[in-house]
Amino acid sequence: MSETVIRARGLAQRFGAREVFHDVGFEVRAGEIFAILGGSGAGKSVLMRQLIGLRPPSAGSVEIMGRDVMQERAAVRRAIGVMFQSGALFGSMTLLENVMLPLEVFTGLPPEARVAVARVKLALVGLAEAADRMPAEVSGGMARRAAIARALALDPPLLFLDEPSAGLDPITSAGLDQLILELRKDLGATVVVVTHELPSIFTIADRCILLDHAARGVIASGDPRRLREESTDPTVRAFFRREAA
Amino acid sequence: MGADPAPARLGVTEADGTVTITLRGGLDATSTGALWRPTVRAAAAAGGRPLVLDLAALSHCDTTGAALLLATEAAHGGPVAVHGAPTSVAALLARVRSAAMAGAPETGPATVAEPLARRPMPARLLAGAAEGLAFLGEALFALFGLPARRRMIRLGDLARFTDQAGVQGLPLALLLGGLLGLILAFQSAIPMRRFGADIFVADLVSIALLRELGPLVAAVILAGRTGSAEAAEIGTMKVNEELDALATMGLDPMTLLVLPRIAAAMIAMPVLVLALDLAGLAGMTVVMAAFGFPPALVLARVVAAVRPGDLLGGVFHGICFGALVAAIGCRAGLATGVGPRAVGLAATRAVVGGIVGTIVLDGLFAVFNYRLGL
Ligand SMILES: Nc1ncnc2c1ncn2[C@@H]1O[C@H](COP(=O)(O)OP(=O)(O)OP(=O)(O)O)[C@@H](O)[C@H]1O
Ligand SMILES: [Mg+2]
Repeated sequence: MSETVIRARGLAQRFGAREVFHDVGFEVRAGEIFAILGGSGAGKSVLMRQLIGLRPPSAGSVEIMGRDVMQERAAVRRAIGVMFQSGALFGSMTLLENVMLPLEVFTGLPPEARVAVARVKLALVGLAEAADRMPAEVSGGMARRAAIARALALDPPLLFLDEPSAGLDPITSAGLDQLILELRKDLGATVVVVTHELPSIFTIADRCILLDHAARGVIASGDPRRLREESTDPTVRAFFRREAA
Repeated sequence: MGADPAPARLGVTEADGTVTITLRGGLDATSTGALWRPTVRAAAAAGGRPLVLDLAALSHCDTTGAALLLATEAAHGGPVAVHGAPTSVAALLARVRSAAMAGAPETGPATVAEPLARRPMPARLLAGAAEGLAFLGEALFALFGLPARRRMIRLGDLARFTDQAGVQGLPLALLLGGLLGLILAFQSAIPMRRFGADIFVADLVSIALLRELGPLVAAVILAGRTGSAEAAEIGTMKVNEELDALATMGLDPMTLLVLPRIAAAMIAMPVLVLALDLAGLAGMTVVMAAFGFPPALVLARVVAAVRPGDLLGGVFHGICFGALVAAIGCRAGLATGVGPRAVGLAATRAVVGGIVGTIVLDGLFAVFNYRLGL
């Protein structure tokens, strides 16, 4: 198996004179759960935006399924689902309508089918009961789960999740990890996940890269469990063994 | 992923009173659409008789497909036997089914420094004007693309924006119009009276109001109430990454957010302008009555002084101002930066830009009218 789904080469991001990272390159293979790790401000969200073609990199390029994301945005768009760090639910629509929107835009499903499909997606993230509420009327964690449901709307082969479990209680967070694993198993999805949560990293991630603010780039990559055991770099050790400290 | 799966197909057979629905090929978000209604209908028609769902020829199935299978079972009403589902499909179906039954467990940076900001004032204004024009051009472009994007048009939005801009602005327009009429009439009646020409106050006020002040004040109301709200709404969406979410779905903010707001402003403005005009004339009539002129006489003067072109011209100006104010408000929203002050700043820009833009446009209209001899 393991065809390459994402190929990032020499990515850099500068804001004026300030450089966030440079020379970030990696490959994500089909069916993998790939984690982008790093402290706050290390550039994880910026990197994710570059990967999905929302932000042109200062240098470097990204290919998704062999297509350059900046050049073939329309083709790439159909293949990916994105959950943004702030959820980005449309505030003027109910959770159900939020999930229905991509179905409305991209599929020929009749209206009653869109409702049924969207309800299934919400049920998958445990929100069946809250479907008709507005984003302002649900908790932060519920909004985040609804955003995941929206990212799943089209069953995309490639999912990007920016901190899906930040600020959630450990049980719900573990539930989300389980959901991500099941999605991979049932649908063969490839998942790129930005996260801080150590338990989550060790449960779900097959491989990871660790971005560092001071080094302005990637300081470690590979299997997170092996990095925890084997890395000799003090920053990497500190990141993976936080809870021990 | 990769290669396209075989398109999905549906077959319905009946033997010994048992109905069999056979689904073949791949059931995913794209292919399920065409099959949804026929499948559900076939299941409903089989109600009361045993139903078999034959999935042996299903090459793959995602959650959209699973939703169809659930809907099929629900439409049939009775127990449904699922035959031959590939293990992956069976597992997915089981998961979706249990999720659907379980219900809900209730658990509860600064932008790149704008190069604009550092240039001297006149250059900044020019660049701003050029950007504004480019924005209007883009909006127009989106308008031409509209027929191809019918799915993105939401009439509910248009109604909501029109209500906000027009209906809810009416009381303010009536109040300001009435006061304006009172003040104008009173201020001009005193000097005119010295020449014994005070009846001409009716001419003066009605022409000034209908041609100039009505549309202008209506535009100021729109900028203050609606332009700022548009900027704040769109700005919040931007801060909230909602605009990014739209972009990942290939939805164009021009069509979805900007066009309906501009259209709503263009619908609302005639209403606001006419309300202002009427209230202003009423206010003027009150003052004239105090000076001893009966309303019937004042009305006759107004009718004699005002040409239909004055009224229509004013309404037309109002519509143009409305489009401009809404466009400037939306642009300010889309240009919102990051950080806690960004949305407030966008709202301020919308109001200031809207009022300045309106007055500049009004000046341009004045020049054109003079040239055309209107
Ligand atoms: N639009 C922007 N303009 C200027 N600087 C930006 C912009 N977006 C992000 N940055 C800067 O880039 C750096 C990385 O930001 P990013 O949002 O990627 O961090 P992150 O790793 O996702 O952090 P967190 O874990 O807090 O979400 C930060 O220093 C941030 O200030
Ligand atoms: Mg982030």
